[in-house]
Amino acid sequence: MLAVDGLHAGYGALRILRGLDMRIERGEIVAVLGANGVGKTTLNNTLCGLIRPTGGAITWLGEPIAGARPERIVASGLIQVPEGRRIFPNLTVRENLELGSYRRARRNRDRNLERVLIWFPRLGERLRQQAGTLSGGEQQMLATGRGLMGEPQLLILDEPSLGLSPRMVDEMFGLIRRINAEGVTIVLVEQNVVQSLGIAHRAYVLENGVFALSGPAAQLVADPRLKQAYLGL
Amino acid sequence: MLADPVFLLAVAFNGLTVGAIYALVALGLALIYGVLHIINFAHGSLLMLALYAAFFLFTLGGVDPYVAVLALAPGFFVFGYLLQRFVIAPISFGRDTNVLLVTLGLSIIFDNLALYLWTSTTRTINVPYAQTYVDIGVTAVALPRLVALGAALLVGVAFWLLMTRTDLGKAIRAVARERQGARIVGISVEHIFAVSFGLGTAVVALAACLLLPTFYVTPTVGYAFVLIAFTTVVLGGMGSFIGALLGGLLLGVVEAFSGVLLGESLGQIGIFLIFILVLLFRPTGFFGQRVA
Repeated sequence: MLAVDGLHAGYGALRILRGLDMRIERGEIVAVLGANGVGKTTLNNTLCGLIRPTGGAITWLGEPIAGARPERIVASGLIQVPEGRRIFPNLTVRENLELGSYRRARRNRDRNLERVLIWFPRLGERLRQQAGTLSGGEQQMLATGRGLMGEPQLLILDEPSLGLSPRMVDEMFGLIRRINAEGVTIVLVEQNVVQSLGIAHRAYVLENGVFALSGPAAQLVADPRLKQAYLGL
Repeated sequence: MLADPVFLLAVAFNGLTVGAIYALVALGLALIYGVLHIINFAHGSLLMLALYAAFFLFTLGGVDPYVAVLALAPGFFVFGYLLQRFVIAPISFGRDTNVLLVTLGLSIIFDNLALYLWTSTTRTINVPYAQTYVDIGVTAVALPRLVALGAALLVGVAFWLLMTRTDLGKAIRAVARERQGARIVGISVEHIFAVSFGLGTAVVALAACLLLPTFYVTPTVGYAFVLIAFTTVVLGGMGSFIGALLGGLLLGVVEAFSGVLLGESLGQIGIFLIFILVLLFRPTGFFGQRVA
């Protein structure tokens, strides 16, 4: 479904991603793990067209999309729930969700809104509230719900557990599994290794701009190299 | 005289009709500021260009300004859109300070072009209804001023509907606060920038058509309005649309009252007195929000 070959990207002279190869198949949950500052968010932003890659290819549903404009990538069903949520604080919860279908699935807006509110009932109680007044966990739900409003074929979740209480993290991971069960392919970019491997089918471990390790989640959990790569020991 | 409520009401209403134009010019400025986060220094020049456009449509084509608005508002929307997307944005390389300088440069070009093409002669048009007065009870008001007030209120309502009921309006508000988030849901930020600039320019064209029947046009006509519009935007809160509309109306009233108290030619002193007071005691304006 998504193929990344020899991807290079960075900011100006700063080279962050140095030759990544990656495959995502339909229906999977794939975790991309790594410590802070190894390039996880850069990878996301490159996939979504926010950063232009300096080399390599990205093939999405058989089409090359490296360097395509973000709105075109969203329209084709590759949607990101970004790190830091990036919700619209001055808009209501409902308006935030509505804008999730600005570029895609606009006709199914009402139906999808209903579906998102079943997944995140707490948002339903706050539809008319300004999004900036929500708690961190609710904002994460809103950002995820907004992403789902565009009927993604592939949803990239960047650090969905960041800043959430342990209970909220459990709830979030449970929801990710449910969303996947309804047919949405998921890339889960996380620092939270144990819980991510608990729900992922496969994982890639990013270290200094290259994938140091990859394989089925069940195998990686037991792999001593994981701890090594992750902790940089 | 000042204790007479009928007189006070008459002055206040008169002020509102002048404030309506201030409100419209300020609304355009506030929209562009709110979304692009820059002061559009070319705003007054665009008003001037729209006034000339309405003037020549009337003198050469015999088109009444109230009819011309149907062509000028969409025309100036397109002009503003193209100006932002293909002139201001490419020259600015994404830096806000550059945008500021580019709009300043554009205003110098427009003003001098107008001076070169149309000279500094003060031009007016004669429409029969300019001398028509409507009795509203407390006073009689010139018809064009009544029309301006009505139009400003209508635009306020239309604007509010656009911003809260349409995807375009929501996208504009989204881009104003969270550009990266907007890109992530597939909003083209460049397009929204240009639409906002276009809308701001279209509102200015509308203001020009409402203004021309009772006003004049020269190449420097925009300055007076843009200075007041800037005050209005600060007063209402930078980037607040409602603040711009109410602020404009309020400044019109302030100007009318200080005109009565201090003499017609000193009327604008009140406006700038208010400006200084607001900056001293409420620097975020009445409807502005602190940005962290």
